Amino acid sequence: MNRAEKALHALKQMDELTEMDSPVHRLSALSKLLVTLLFILITVSFHKYDLTGVFMMALYPYVLFQLSGISFRLCIYRMRYAIPLVAMIGIFNPFFDRDPLLQIAGISISGGMISFLTLLLKGMLCLCASFLLVSTAKIDDLCAALRRMHVPSLLVTVFMLTYRYISVLTEEVALMTDAYHLRAPGQKGIAFHAWGSFLGQLLLRTMDRAQELYAAMLLRGYNGEFPDLQKNENRTASWIWLITWAVIFLALRWLNIPDLIGRMFMR
Amino acid sequence: MHMADALLSPPVAATMAAASGAAAVYSISKVRKENQSEKIPVMAVSAALVFAGQMINYTIPGTGSSGHLCGGMLLSALLGPEAGFLSMIIVLAVQCLFFADGGLMALGANIWNMAFYGCFIGTYLIWLPIMKSSLFSGMGEKAGTRAKIILASVLGCVLTLQLGAFSVVLETTASGIGELPFGAFAGLMLPIHLAIGLVEGMITAAVLCFVYETRPELIRGIRKETGSSKFSLKQVLACLGALALVTGGLFSLFASSHPDGLEWALFGNSDAGYASNMALDEENFGTQSSAADTAASIQESTSFLPDYAFKNSDSAAGTTVSGLVGCGIVAAAAIGVSAAGNFFRRKTS
Repeated sequence: MNRAEKALHALKQMDELTEMDSPVHRLSALSKLLVTLLFILITVSFHKYDLTGVFMMALYPYVLFQLSGISFRLCIYRMRYAIPLVAMIGIFNPFFDRDPLLQIAGISISGGMISFLTLLLKGMLCLCASFLLVSTAKIDDLCAALRRMHVPSLLVTVFMLTYRYISVLTEEVALMTDAYHLRAPGQKGIAFHAWGSFLGQLLLRTMDRAQELYAAMLLRGYNGEFPDLQKNENRTASWIWLITWAVIFLALRWLNIPDLIGRMFMR
Repeated sequence: MHMADALLSPPVAATMAAASGAAAVYSISKVRKENQSEKIPVMAVSAALVFAGQMINYTIPGTGSSGHLCGGMLLSALLGPEAGFLSMIIVLAVQCLFFADGGLMALGANIWNMAFYGCFIGTYLIWLPIMKSSLFSGMGEKAGTRAKIILASVLGCVLTLQLGAFSVVLETTASGIGELPFGAFAGLMLPIHLAIGLVEGMITAAVLCFVYETRPELIRGIRKETGSSKFSLKQVLACLGALALVTGGLFSLFASSHPDGLEWALFGNSDAGYASNMALDEENFGTQSSAADTAASIQESTSFLPDYAFKNSDSAAGTTVSGLVGCGIVAAAAIGVSAAGNFFRRKTS
């Protein structure tokens, strides 16, 4: 599989996940979007040494993975490029911040170690939350949610069209790459003299495609706004979902719950 | 260069989102004013093209490595800076949502670092001035324009990538995430992105030259009679002003993240020479209450690790030994619940 085919496969996989049915899938996309944004905001707002506090935020992805039946393994697989980038920035912390912060059975743990682990955990939790959002909400519902949040219709329309055309164009790139490599065996990428014409050809065809697309849109009565594809979503449950999580997140943020639990068992 | 959520603190993310939001509002009003609804599919399809184009590996001559396309300069050369900026927002949003490339809350920062510089700075400071200039006029119409396209693309990609990389360093430092000193981090990021910028610039130049030879009317700023893309000092100044404003804002966040104002007011800072401002003792703040006494008595009866010698050196920082023990208990409970859930699910199905 070449890179374009891999991307296509990933997109298709996400599409299939949103077709699943679970209590989480049935909630409105708007409430899921708001809960996700709040979760990310609260998670990154923890102090850089507050490893235990960030750890407790794992409650949200944990509950969602349990309720929705989305594969946790797939989510981890998706993070394989993003997490090393986060780690690259945090890896210097243990070297620069050597002040001991904790001592456990005679081994002292430096502040840098704790802040590195906290950063990694924050990164993973935020990625989990975004993954859970797009794997439980259909793209059309997400666009409708954006419209309800008063994101300009121009942006939402372009987003929807782009999403539909990404698979078309990526498929063309996959085909073109395969064709190129069949005629240039043993070559790793596109050779220098074909740099311009390779994507340029696709670009020209794409611009013509845009004209056809616009004509098709006009013929079907496009007037600047896509119809709101509102389905019978469970409104009350969505509101309860939103408020419950908001309360839980705030409680986790302002009460040091792991410390309280830990103190019950030791002094 | 896509930043993850964990690399930004909420104030920095909010600042960058506000800056990108302002640029987006300006672009939307500008595109709306042109009132060309046929531009919508062009924008969408171009965004999809940039996304798909980044899946192509280009072999760099003389090396074994490969480069990719730089979207901002290509889109703004084709669509103009405003529509190009909106298309880039969509590309970044799709990458963030479906490919975990950059975070949802960090989207504002990523838009600024990659789309704003690439589209606005790249167009108004590099692309239009070079295309309007009389550089290479001795080479003839066609060869001259081609030389100008190559120069503008390479220069534009290098400059905008440098600005973007510098912003990443600035934003991460202002968020107080990494311990790596500012200078060392910048020294790491900038040279890497100089090389990337050169390669991306060459690829963008190759694509634009091909388009210029086949369909020159698609490229903006080439023909002299186009009035709409006129080079104006006002737009250059507006770009530079926005740049200065955001950079200044980031620096002020950076400065204010060091002394915590509220903490200083409550507890004073004797190290820095301040007296105890409100005469509160940080160690014993808020621990003398009846609730605390009740908690202590409950703790007395439940603790199974009594008087075990743990040193809680700094409880204000958040992570304590008892906190770690608490996390362990919660994790064990969670694993137990999942195991039970799996067991019952298997039974029912």
